[in-house]
Amino acid sequence: MFLKVAVLVLKKDLAIEAKSREILYTTVFFAISCLLIFSVAFVKEGVPAEDAASGILWIALAFSGTIALGRTFERERYGETLRALLMAPASRPAIYVGKLLGMILSMLSTQVVLLPLVAFLFRAPLFARPLLLAALLGLGTLGFASVGTLFAAMLVRTRSRDALLPILLYPITVPVIIAGVRGTSALVQAPPDEAIATLWIGLLTGFDVVFVTLALWTFEPLMTE
Amino acid sequence: MRKLFIPAVVVAAAMFAWAPIGIARVEYESTMLLVQKIFYFHFATWMAVTASVTVCGIASAIYLFRGTAAADHYAVASAELTTIFCLFGMFSGSLWGRKAWGVWWQWDARLTMAFLLELVFFGYLLVRKYGGPGAEKLAAAMGIFGAATAPFIYKSVDWWRTIHPQTTVMKTLGDKFPAAWNLVWFCSGAFLLLFVITLAARVRLEQLRAQLDRAYLAAEE
Repeated sequence: MFLKVAVLVLKKDLAIEAKSREILYTTVFFAISCLLIFSVAFVKEGVPAEDAASGILWIALAFSGTIALGRTFERERYGETLRALLMAPASRPAIYVGKLLGMILSMLSTQVVLLPLVAFLFRAPLFARPLLLAALLGLGTLGFASVGTLFAAMLVRTRSRDALLPILLYPITVPVIIAGVRGTSALVQAPPDEAIATLWIGLLTGFDVVFVTLALWTFEPLMTE
Repeated sequence: MRKLFIPAVVVAAAMFAWAPIGIARVEYESTMLLVQKIFYFHFATWMAVTASVTVCGIASAIYLFRGTAAADHYAVASAELTTIFCLFGMFSGSLWGRKAWGVWWQWDARLTMAFLLELVFFGYLLVRKYGGPGAEKLAAAMGIFGAATAPFIYKSVDWWRTIHPQTTVMKTLGDKFPAAWNLVWFCSGAFLLLFVITLAARVRLEQLRAQLDRAYLAAEE
């Protein structure tokens, strides 16, 4: 039952997204514009600064993820559908999981475009250890999206949600971004340092467990008016 | 509780009056000499931050799940105190860093994480102020998540090999310099007492404000 509700919520979001493709296009385009802005800061005389690629990748991901989070819940608010969703006779954590899955999918699809672009533009051997990179990105996305989905959902009712979301989200998720950047840096350096990357993957797993548990635990009281 | 307030203030004042004398008397640390003496207040401040973050996390959780108004008063009071003590801890750390490392600020693990903690609790206060009706709950979520990241901040220096001393420093201190060890905990006691006193005063203020709000509402009806 729990999974069924989660999948239904996910399907609903995917169906809306498949029609408009609004979130996909806007976040990907925003992530690419981030790359352009970072190139101003991290490229000197045509050569990208060493080690810049991992930071650029993760920050572009975090920024575009924030845009996606805002849009997903803005859509619900605009259609007055969030209340309907919460009034449905389904467990609240299941609704949260459905929303979270949608968010993760959206962030992963941004990464599909972003990864080759960063590797190409900033001359980073990102695909040297594809499995470890996939683990870092997957766990990092889960950590960021788990807190982000909860915060975006709870902020829907407030007036200054657009400003408050990043203010609340970034300090809490900075440890995740640090772990992602450090882990990715260890992978793109020559030769790749697998031990360090694995250490950060372990830490990311720890963050994910804490964040997902807390989010599942607090979603119900937070969404009750 | 209220009867204990004045005696507690007196005891805290006495402790803070004696602390500089104790710090002046204790032997020099072998490598950093005079500069190391800031440690007694630096460490004590972070003990107060730890207590404050813990209180905020627990009070936030109680408020979120039970809706107890008193828990919310404790949460907001301790969140404000966290920002103040954390700022003071960063300030004393900065002074120490200037002398010990030669720089005012270093982007090492512990400093980055302290900065982050400060931002978390400023976020708490901001969402409370600008979140509109029901913002107390949203702030409570921030308090819970902030408290949950605190252990990571504590352990960060052990995972991330950086310039800030690791957590094992305290263990070796107890064996090598018992006088310094006792003094560190004396100062920590003073700061914790200061935290308790300010917390009690701030909670009382919040209670009075809630009473006033209720009185206004009653007068309007």
